[in-house]
Amino acid sequence: MTTNPTTLPLAAGVTSASRLTQLGLAAFFGLFIVGFAGFSHISAVHNAAHDARHSLAFPCH
Amino acid sequence: MSLFRNIVFVSALAGLVAGLAMTGMQYAGTVPLILQAETYENAAPAAHDHGPAVQTSDGAAVAAHSHAHDEEAWAPADGFERSAFTALANIVTAIGFAILLVTASEFAGGLAGWRQGVFWGLAGFAVFTLAPGLGLPPELPGMPAADLEARQVWWVATAAATAAGLALLAFTRALPLGVLAVALIVVPHLVGAPKPASFDTAVPETLAHDFVVMASMVSLVFWVLLGGAAGFIRSRFMQPA
Repeated sequence: MTTNPTTLPLAAGVTSASRLTQLGLAAFFGLFIVGFAGFSHISAVHNAAHDARHSLAFPCH
Repeated sequence: MSLFRNIVFVSALAGLVAGLAMTGMQYAGTVPLILQAETYENAAPAAHDHGPAVQTSDGAAVAAHSHAHDEEAWAPADGFERSAFTALANIVTAIGFAILLVTASEFAGGLAGWRQGVFWGLAGFAVFTLAPGLGLPPELPGMPAADLEARQVWWVATAAATAAGLALLAFTRALPLGVLAVALIVVPHLVGAPKPASFDTAVPETLAHDFVVMASMVSLVFWVLLGGAAGFIRSRFMQPA
């Protein structure tokens, strides 16, 4: 009667500092990659990623 | 560092799959339209820039108006090289987006399967395609556009505000936070995206319209695939902490 199948195993380590550090590091890493591929003003990077940038609707030119 | 390593591993695999699939979809859908638009882009400046033979001493002001392409810079040769770099850029971008998606989902307990991943993918589509695309629709080469940096700032701010709004809607229960969430999603569009001084362009409107639809649909399938693949891979290979 009291079972709750929708409960997620959230308790493990959500507050752990190491876990938060790793998630923060991963988020920063992801932002860096997207920023480089989609927003870099370096002409060679822009030209290489040109069609991808237009198709993904990054601001271009 | 096992969590970080797992996130990168799951994202690299999912990004590879979705990036390759997106490359195929682009070559079927969006790249032909880009190439078509470039024929107008390359034809247009000759008609405008080199009109009257007025050679003033401050000719720099005239030259500055021409398109911002740096002809000196390296660019991939048309054909295979250009396609290969498009594929590479797609895969790199897809891995970056996957890392953001997987990291965000870890805060909520992690993706439990491909179906859950698909919904995170839809959120990614809303954050990175739909919301910025309302103000700055996918645009073809040769289309008029406002200052690049202003557009990049608006794009990033809109994506961030939309992500924060969706997260508040999905993971909080208090009514004031719900109101704040909707405000976060709406405000960037009240501020408005940077607009070009003139909307004159040689690119036909029907081509531009087709591109908006096609780029949006390619992005939708890409995000669903990216989220689904990430959810599938994580639930198979990543043990819950």
